[in-house]
Amino acid sequence: MTDKLFILQSSPHFRDKDSVPKIMYVVIIALLPAVFASLYFFRLKAVGLYVSCLVACLVTEAIFLWVRKKPLQSLGDGSAVITALLIAMTLPPTISLELAVIGSVVAIAIGKQVFGGLGYNIFNPALVGRAFLQTAFPVAMTTWFPPATLSFDTATFATPLGNLKFEEAIAQGTLTPLKDLFWGNTGGCLGETSAIALLIGAIILFSKKTIDWRIPLGIILALSVFTGIFWLANPDKYASPVFHALAGGLLIGAFFMATDMVTSPITPKGTWIYALGIGFMVGLIRLFGGFPEGVMYSILFMNTFVPLLNRYSRPKILGERRKES
Amino acid sequence: MKTKTFPHGIHPPELKNLTEEISLQPMPAPEKVMIPLLQHFGAPAKPLVQKGDEVSLGQKIGEGQGLFSASVHSSVSGKVLSVDSFHHPGGTPVPAVTIANDGQDKADTDKKEIKNPFSLSPEDIRDKIKEAGVVGLGGAAFPTAVKLSPPKDSPIDTIIINGCECEPLLTSDYRLMLEFPDEILKGAELARIATGADRIIVGIEDNKKKAFELFQEKIQDYEGEAVLLKTKYPEGAEKNLIYAILRREVPRGGLPFNVGIVVQNVGTAKAIWDAVSTGKPLFERAITVSGQSITEPKNLLVRIGTPFQAVIDFCGGLKEDGNILVMGGPMMGLTQWTPEVPVVKGTSGILAWNAPAPGTEYSCINCGRCIEHCPMALVPTQLAKYVQFDKLPEAESWGILDCVECGSCQYICPSKILLVHWMRLGKNKVMSSKQKKSA
Repeated sequence: MTDKLFILQSSPHFRDKDSVPKIMYVVIIALLPAVFASLYFFRLKAVGLYVSCLVACLVTEAIFLWVRKKPLQSLGDGSAVITALLIAMTLPPTISLELAVIGSVVAIAIGKQVFGGLGYNIFNPALVGRAFLQTAFPVAMTTWFPPATLSFDTATFATPLGNLKFEEAIAQGTLTPLKDLFWGNTGGCLGETSAIALLIGAIILFSKKTIDWRIPLGIILALSVFTGIFWLANPDKYASPVFHALAGGLLIGAFFMATDMVTSPITPKGTWIYALGIGFMVGLIRLFGGFPEGVMYSILFMNTFVPLLNRYSRPKILGERRKES
Repeated sequence: MKTKTFPHGIHPPELKNLTEEISLQPMPAPEKVMIPLLQHFGAPAKPLVQKGDEVSLGQKIGEGQGLFSASVHSSVSGKVLSVDSFHHPGGTPVPAVTIANDGQDKADTDKKEIKNPFSLSPEDIRDKIKEAGVVGLGGAAFPTAVKLSPPKDSPIDTIIINGCECEPLLTSDYRLMLEFPDEILKGAELARIATGADRIIVGIEDNKKKAFELFQEKIQDYEGEAVLLKTKYPEGAEKNLIYAILRREVPRGGLPFNVGIVVQNVGTAKAIWDAVSTGKPLFERAITVSGQSITEPKNLLVRIGTPFQAVIDFCGGLKEDGNILVMGGPMMGLTQWTPEVPVVKGTSGILAWNAPAPGTEYSCINCGRCIEHCPMALVPTQLAKYVQFDKLPEAESWGILDCVECGSCQYICPSKILLVHWMRLGKNKVMSSKQKKSA
């Protein structure tokens, strides 16, 4: 006989090793190729933006955790770092550091912590910060300069999508070549320009099964079908689906923002509707809206439907007969 | 070779290499056994002996009460020390008969072998199974005679013999399949006769290839086949196993007989054969004693009522670092606070290891992994939230009563939420509010 005491707990007694911080760190690692690409294309300007966003996000998060009497270790879960990186990557390289800080504070404070912190927010925090800047400082958010690898007159430089929308780029023959979109040798937000870097990150996410493949697939599918129909009807006026998929914030949005677990649906059916909705909205805004780019608003718009989608897309339980119930 | 399986599920570490090559070994009966009168799903048995009585090996000491009950038999010969409440691995003390072993193993004399058990009528087979106190040995301990008496309006066409043993660490079913294949198939044949089914299907996971090949060969003498299943948890869960093999869905709230199937564990099949052919009552069973904190992991044939401590001592004792003691598998087993509890009919394993301190619990990040892995296609995170906020009607309509508590959701949850705990609490609340309504 022994008087040894044993642990009493509810089954199961084995747990998978994956955890919330590990998921977050995989996302951070997956973002790094695009971060390095932006450092290469925008040099010191990029460094300044990343540092200001990181500091602002982490300090804001820490203050809120302290005020809400939550353990400060939550800072280490990596979610605030992701928000900081995503804000910086979706800012134009011309923007001042003060505005980057304001956007970061809004993202963490209004986008995340007022809802109750990680897991409870409705909207993607980084996009809340960006949407705030876009509305409050529209000029600063739409002034671009070319990457360090191109020599252009900075005053007249436009993004590929801006060119397409406002400068009749197809008729003029000045549409950004796909090759430049692919490598990132073009203007645009910090981390959005290099498709190849984002795709490398996407491969990391898929290999670790960190994101739901339905989301990027659904977005790109819907956008391609939508833009493809117009392109086939009139290729002199409308750009090809490949151009739309590679340009602007589509890839970073499809792989890194719409896939944010907290703000995307939990059921497979809901996820499909959410993803197809985003892709369709992006096409609609780009082709017929007032802005050249629509990824941010499309994701925020579909975020609002997530609770509803979850409620009405319960999967069929094993043994359930839908008609009888 | 192509394997069959069900959608969803998980792949926990198997850890079966600790014991899979170790043959079943009978453990000598201990000096004293504590035999609980409730070791099955249903009502406790009524004691037939009192303090001071002499009992023989296999003598009936508790009579099953009512339909959902099972008789209990002595696992040693000797003297009854007490009939009193005692620790039970289920958690709450239940009435138990304590018997001092005289070491003689004097058997009941009036038990006789039957020449041709296959000529018995279904009623006779069921009576003998009931008399021997046979219950499902997979863990749920449902009285077998009841399971073999499906209602008249649900004809049975298939007996599925469950050789999945999908819980990590456990290998006693595997050893039974390798060492007693004929007894298992004969028991399955008796179950087939008892239910009027047409065929027997033996389902075995592909991490037990040797057993599969053996059964593939042996089953040629019977009407039926052996099916290779993908190694995945919970492949052996009744409803998932039926779906994997025959693509039939047991209706919500229903039982396998609703789709013409009776599922029996391999150990139960062997117990059926023993009970019907020799009249041997269920007083011993195969268990796996394993886990990194057991000094010499083993597969044993253990007498019912043997204290866990005696079993662990027989396996070289518990290592210093063992801080968790589990009856059953690591996914669905019950933790024990004391090694004094006795082995019961539902004990498939005794496991001990060094459990790490629980990690930080985060709030749900809606990753949806619990949904992707739930074998019943439920939405565990949503169900847990409904239970937390006491929204019981919503929890019920989202299928909380369909949960089989397999633990896949909690295993996979990156936020380390105690999902199964919330499921159990919710099921309990829903059931008790239903009972109140009907009362």
